[in-house]
Amino acid sequence: MLDDDLFAETEEAAQPRPLSVSEFTSQIKALLEEGFESCWVMGEISQYTHHGSGHRYFTLKDEDSQLSAVMFKWQSRGLSFEPESGMQVLVYGHVSVYERSGRYQFYAARMQPAGVGELALAFEKLKSRLAAEGLFDEERKRPLPPFPRSVGVVTSPTGAAIRDIVQILRRRAPGIQIILAPARVQGDGAAAEIARAIENLNRYNKVDILIVGRGGGAPEDLWPFNEEIVARAIYTSEKPVISAVGHEIDYSISDYVADYRAPTPSAAAEIVAQEHSALKRRVAELHQRLGSSIEGQLDKLDEALRHLNPRRVLLRARDRLEQNSQYLDERRKDLATAFDWYARTRTEAFRSGITRLDDLSPLKGLARGFSLVEEVESGRLITSSEKLQPGDKVKLRLQHGGAICRVEEIEHE
Amino acid sequence: MSEGTSFEEALETLEKSVERLEAGELKMEEALAVFETGIKASRACGQWLEQARKRVQVLIADTEGEFQLDFLDEDESADED
Repeated sequence: MLDDDLFAETEEAAQPRPLSVSEFTSQIKALLEEGFESCWVMGEISQYTHHGSGHRYFTLKDEDSQLSAVMFKWQSRGLSFEPESGMQVLVYGHVSVYERSGRYQFYAARMQPAGVGELALAFEKLKSRLAAEGLFDEERKRPLPPFPRSVGVVTSPTGAAIRDIVQILRRRAPGIQIILAPARVQGDGAAAEIARAIENLNRYNKVDILIVGRGGGAPEDLWPFNEEIVARAIYTSEKPVISAVGHEIDYSISDYVADYRAPTPSAAAEIVAQEHSALKRRVAELHQRLGSSIEGQLDKLDEALRHLNPRRVLLRARDRLEQNSQYLDERRKDLATAFDWYARTRTEAFRSGITRLDDLSPLKGLARGFSLVEEVESGRLITSSEKLQPGDKVKLRLQHGGAICRVEEIEHE
Repeated sequence: MSEGTSFEEALETLEKSVERLEAGELKMEEALAVFETGIKASRACGQWLEQARKRVQVLIADTEGEFQLDFLDEDESADED
């Protein structure tokens, strides 16, 4: 056997053309690529470098071994956390050879924190980084729009969240339009879809407020709402955002960035509906006040009109007569004139088309048998017999029509 | 949007009508005109608030970045009540 091998080697050595390094390397590369399926590898990140090119270079290690790894920029777009040295991670990818250095390395396509502890750590790290950057500042939180006409919802078109939101808004605020910007809310790429949907609704510019969220699920299902890309999309949204992720107990990064945190999607819908209800109450109140203020004005008019009551005029006139007995004669004759004066001026003031006032019109005085005496030519009222001679013509104004009369006899009082 | 704008305008008209009437400085004729304006505005507001928008719309962005709206198939998503 040994001889055979030696012989074979000698024979190969006798081949005229040696392989170039490139050829040899490329054969190894092919062997590695064909020999290993893509798989998950777990390890601790060390020597992590996020290069200016956007590519990430690092070493995965455990107690006994190390594995060089790279994650290219275009692969890291789906990255849900910022890796760093010391983190335990799961990396999915394939092995190949970097020909220039002749080193084999692991080409990472996906990476996620390993285990719940690591998820929580990534959450806390992102949270404190964004907080330091001011994304959670209270003073930048905006009030809800006073007239929500249209609400944009970023969630899955088939999930429970949109169903709950639609149901509540239909019942409580049917006047609000709902526009759904669909996005997957879990799994790879979900965060990017959510962020894009938020941007789309802002560019579309026809909603007053956004609800971003999903129904309850396992922590890893809610994870997209803990990703930086979603946080930044909410931060840059021009429209106020209500974050509504999972259940009451679930807090996500999006809750901290959003203008409002609703414990559930249903609660988010309730918040929007409340604004709408407040608006309805305001309109109802104004309507009520409008009615009572016009009633008040009519009452005042009514009151004023009561002063035109002939009895009141008489009482007032009598009062004056008693005080000024020397003018008794004139005053008595002035009664009709006074009444007429009241009637004319007040009628002008209240001729406002209110039929209910008509019944109390002072002109009704004529109906009770009062009549006015006027000069035929000028229409001037005649209030004293001293202005008349027997044979004069005067005009008599009655409730209906009038009459031209001749004076027969003068009676001075 | 125009619907919304007209709602805000109507609400403002209603608010102003109430203010003017409550100030109580109007002649009767003016008061009645303001009242009528207010009532019309109030009705417009009420209609807007009660007018039901029956269907949920879905925002679709095409490749040119233009938007169109489609109706959500609500048999699956919103039929329960």
